[in-house]
Amino acid sequence: MSVEKSVEVIHLTKKFGDFTAVNDVNFEIPKGEIFGLLGPNGAGKTTTIRMLCGILTPTSGEARVMGFDVASQSEEVKPRIGYMSQKFSLYNDLTVYENLDFYANLYSVPREKFAPRMRELIEMAGLRGHEKQLTASLSGAWRQRLALACAIVHEPPMLFLDEPTAGVDPVSRREFWDMIYNLAGQGVSVLATTHYMDEAEFCNIIGMMYRSRLIALDDPDALKEKMRGMLFEIDCREPGRAEEILKDLPFTHDVALHGVLLHVLVSAEKEKRGLEKALQSNGIAVKRIERVLPSLEDVFVSLVEDEDRPQMRDEIE
Amino acid sequence: MGQGFRRMATIVRKEWLHIIRDPRTLGLVIFMPVMMLVLLGYAVANDVEDIPLAVADLSHTDASRALVEKFTASGFYMVTHTAQSEAEILEMLDAGTVKAGIYIPEDFGRRISTGGSGTVQFYIDGSNPTIAQTAQLAAETVSQATSQEILVQRLERGGAGLTINLPIDTRIRYLYNPNLRKMNFMIPGLVAVILQIQTLLLTAFAIVREREQGTLEQLIVTPVRSWELILGKILPFVLVAFLNVAMTVGVGAFLFGVEVVGSLTLLAALSLIFLLGSLGLGVLISTISQTQMQAMYMSSFIMMPSFLLAGLLYPRDNMPWVAYYAGYLMPVTYFLEIVRGIMLKGVGLAALWVWVWPMAVFSIVVFFASVFMFHKRL
Repeated sequence: MSVEKSVEVIHLTKKFGDFTAVNDVNFEIPKGEIFGLLGPNGAGKTTTIRMLCGILTPTSGEARVMGFDVASQSEEVKPRIGYMSQKFSLYNDLTVYENLDFYANLYSVPREKFAPRMRELIEMAGLRGHEKQLTASLSGAWRQRLALACAIVHEPPMLFLDEPTAGVDPVSRREFWDMIYNLAGQGVSVLATTHYMDEAEFCNIIGMMYRSRLIALDDPDALKEKMRGMLFEIDCREPGRAEEILKDLPFTHDVALHGVLLHVLVSAEKEKRGLEKALQSNGIAVKRIERVLPSLEDVFVSLVEDEDRPQMRDEIE
Repeated sequence: MGQGFRRMATIVRKEWLHIIRDPRTLGLVIFMPVMMLVLLGYAVANDVEDIPLAVADLSHTDASRALVEKFTASGFYMVTHTAQSEAEILEMLDAGTVKAGIYIPEDFGRRISTGGSGTVQFYIDGSNPTIAQTAQLAAETVSQATSQEILVQRLERGGAGLTINLPIDTRIRYLYNPNLRKMNFMIPGLVAVILQIQTLLLTAFAIVREREQGTLEQLIVTPVRSWELILGKILPFVLVAFLNVAMTVGVGAFLFGVEVVGSLTLLAALSLIFLLGSLGLGVLISTISQTQMQAMYMSSFIMMPSFLLAGLLYPRDNMPWVAYYAGYLMPVTYFLEIVRGIMLKGVGLAALWVWVWPMAVFSIVVFFASVFMFHKRL
C-alpha cells in the first residue's frame, strides 16, 4: 500500500480538564519529508506527538498516520512508527545489545533478518565494541544514538522524535541530524519537535506552535519571506544603550540583541536612515547597517508578538 | 499468537535481567521472607513458659513445699528467687526480676493438717496481659488440682479404706496442635502474609518503575498488548514467590518443627490461585500510582488490614463484628484458612472448598480487572 501522506492531522484538539493543550491543529507530512514542530516549552508539541503515537487519545479532531486513524486503529499504527521520547527511554541496567535485542523482539523482527539488522544498527549508532557495555555508563550522545537505533529497529516508514537533541553537544547534534537525513533519503518520514531554532533549518516543513495553536506552517524560506517588514542588522558602539534608544522609536516593531549585533524590525526600507539618525543624534557611532534575511528565530519572535498583541488588547478590555 | 508469545517471552527475559542485575534487591527478595519468618516466628509465637517466680515460704512444711513443687512441675513457673516477706516479693515485682510471686504464711501447713483452709497470696505482674493471663490460669489450675488432691486424701483417711473417685472426670484431647504451640498457628499464617507482601510490592514496583523511567511510554508505542506485558512482568515474580513459599515452609519445618501434614501439591496449586489475585492487586496499585513512593503507601493500605483482620495474629472469631466481616473482603483471610487447613489439619480440597471458591472468584475478578484497568491507563 502506498500512502502519499505519512501523517494527516485535521482539527486535532486535546483538552486536560479546562486546559486546552492542543487547539485545532491541522497539518500533513508527505512521504520522505522532515517536519519540524517548533515552539517554546508548554506550547503543545509533546502532546501533539503523543497523540500521533497513540499514547494519548485526541479529545476531538482526527489524526491519520500511514493511512490509519490513531484513535481507532492504533494496532495498525504501532508497527509502522518509531518513537523516541525526550527521556531516551532505555533500560539503564541492560547492555547496549540487550536494549536493542529487547525492542527487536517486541517489534517481531524476523529471525533471518535479526543478526544483520542488529549489526547494521550498532554500526549506524557508532556503538561497535560497546555492545556489552551497560547503558547507564553511556554518555548523552551515545544514549541518544542508541535510543534512535531502538526506535528504528523494525524499519518504520514514519519516525517521531520528541526533542531528540536535548542535552547533547553541538557536534553530536550535527551527526544526529546527518543520520536523520540519511533515513529521510531512504523514504522515511520524520516528525521532530525542538526548541533549538537552528535545528529547524534542517527541516523541509516547519510548524510553529505557540499557546496550543499552530501559528505558522510552511517551508523555512517561505516563512522567512512571509515575515512582515524588513530586518536590519546594526553593528554599533554601546549596543545595549542603542537597543533602548531604538525601542522607543515609533517606527520600530522589534529590537533584539544578537550577541553584540542588533536586529531591528521596521516596516519599510526607507526607515533605515531614521535608525542611523536616531543613533548618531545620541552620540552612538554606527559601524555597519544592512538588511539581513531573518532567521527562524526572528520569524518566530515576530509571529509570537502578532499573536500576543490582540490577546493583550483583550486582556486590557 | 506466535508473535504475542514471543513478545511476552521478551518481557519475561528483560524482567529477569532486571532481577539478576540487581543482586542486592535479589538477596532481599529471596532472603527477606525467611528473615521475617524467623524474626516474627520467635517474636510473636513465644509460648509463655518458665515464668520467673519468687517464693516466700514462711510455713516450711511438707504441704507448702508440695504446693511450690506443683507450680514448678506445671512447666509454667520456674522458681528463680526466694523471699522472706510479702514486701520483698513486691520489691522484686517492681524491679521486674520476677513476673509472679507466692507468699505462703506461717500458719499454712498447720491449717491444712488440721483440716482447715490455708490461705496463699499470689502476685502477678499484669503489665503484659499475655503473660498475666497464662500466669493466672496456671495459678488457678495448680491450686485447684492441689486442693482436690488434699480433699481426696482427707476423705480417704477419714472414710475407713474406701476409694474416692471424683464425680466428673473430663478428658480433653487437643486435635491438630496437641501441644497447643502458638508456633503451629503462626507459621502457616506467616507463609500466607509474606506471600501477599512479596507479590504485591514487587509487581507494583516493577511496573511503576517503568512509569518513572519513562520506559512504559516507550512500551505503549510498541505493538505489545496489555496482557502480554502484564503476564511478562508478573511471571518472573510468580517464580520468585514460589521460591519464597518453598523456603518459608522449609524453615517452618526445620527451624520451628511445623511440618506440613497435608498435600504439598494442593498447597502449591491453591497458592497459585492466591498469587494470581495478589499480583493483580499489585498491577491495580501500579495503575493508580505515579511513583514508587505512592505505590508503597497504597500497598500498606492493603497490607496493614491483612495483618490485623485476616486472623494472622488473633483469631477472627473474637473480633468485633465490623472487623470480622471486613476480613471477608480480603483474599488473604481465605488463604490463611487454606494454608492452616493443609499444613496443620492435613485436610483436602473438599473440606477447604468453602474457603477456596471465594478466593478463586476474587483472584479471577481482580486479575482481569487489573488487565482491563492497565489497558485503560495505557
